[in-house]
Amino acid sequence: MWVWLHKFGSPKYFYNVSGKILPWVGGATVLLILVGLYLGLFASPADYQQRDSVRIMYIHVPSAWNSMFIYLVMAAAAAIGLIWNIKIADIAAAVSAPIGASFTFITLVTGSLWGKPMWGTWWEWDARLTSELILLFLYLGYIALQSAFEDRRTAARASAVLAIVGAVNVPIIYYSVQWWNTLHQPQSLGVGMSTIHASMLLPLLLMALGFKLLYVTLLLMRTRTEVLERERNSAWVQELAQALSGKSSSDQVRSSNEQR
Amino acid sequence: MTPRRRRLMIVLLILLAVGVAAALTLNAFRGNLVFFYGPSQLAGVEKVHERNLRLGGLVEQGSVKREDDGLTVHFNVTDNVTTVPVTYKGILPDLFREGQGVVAQGRLNAGGEFMAEEVLAKHDENYMPPEVAAALKQASEAGGKTPQFTGTLMMQGGSNK
Repeated sequence: MWVWLHKFGSPKYFYNVSGKILPWVGGATVLLILVGLYLGLFASPADYQQRDSVRIMYIHVPSAWNSMFIYLVMAAAAAIGLIWNIKIADIAAAVSAPIGASFTFITLVTGSLWGKPMWGTWWEWDARLTSELILLFLYLGYIALQSAFEDRRTAARASAVLAIVGAVNVPIIYYSVQWWNTLHQPQSLGVGMSTIHASMLLPLLLMALGFKLLYVTLLLMRTRTEVLERERNSAWVQELAQALSGKSSSDQVRSSNEQR
Repeated sequence: MTPRRRRLMIVLLILLAVGVAAALTLNAFRGNLVFFYGPSQLAGVEKVHERNLRLGGLVEQGSVKREDDGLTVHFNVTDNVTTVPVTYKGILPDLFREGQGVVAQGRLNAGGEFMAEEVLAKHDENYMPPEVAAALKQASEAGGKTPQFTGTLMMQGGSNK
């Protein structure tokens, strides 16, 4: 296990293995989201109270789960990079932040679009909405801190501390609807319980899985790009670039996968 | 190994310190983070008649009355224990209906009536197609029990007041 982890921590090994996994994860992502969108937007029934507005849930809820999940992954990767000095972990944390920020933004916007017709307001300062907004600010602060330092190592260390400290917000978001009276409805899904009818639950779960895989796909793609950039002076990247330069530019993307 | 162990301890200490600080802060703010008060909680609020606050609960069945001007609405907000009469002048949200949750912002007047300036509908955590809702309603009228899904799906009966 430790040997494998150390191998995976090597940028070259990661680049090779992730190149093989990427098409499969990417394909599964497209498939799941397409099926989930079709079921959610067309095949599933309208809600008895909200009618068709309920379909916003199929984007909103998976985005919200991702916004919290990605933050935890980012904080964990940042902590691993901080403690064990693993380059790949630093990169994974750094490239996760804009992805997580995007999902948080989507969550806030779709929630607001749903809130206006259903609640009668775009925004209320209740505990769930406010803590999710703080999550967006944490992501933005992390991104700003990353780019504030010239030296990558310093940037990674400083922003890792922010990511770890901010992680305390995630359980607050999650449990806010249980701890306080909020305008936001309590959670509908838990271990062994659901207050969502099966015909709506299936597309929701497909979309949730699809969004998770979308994150994995984006994470792998961005980490690979970042690895190439940071390792551009190392022998293996030079070799890769030389092998590519002989080919025509239109073939480059495909051949980079076939080189190995 | 020692510097690594030290960094690990620092990270864990940061997490612990921030966690404890957050827990203490949230505990202290508990009362102020409340988005709304239930009808039964209103009695415990200090200087209740001087404060602008939010009242949340269910719209009592059969209590909605509209005045002739078409805008002023009277209804009762209840938590099935205490009931508070509410008066509101304005446009109600789509989801506002009898038996559904609402959050009204306003002031309690001396006569015990809540004068709302804003009424928001509160959605609950139940999602189902109209046919299922109709079937549940029928079943509960026939059996006189709380509607419940069977099999893998369960409703949290009565958890949502």
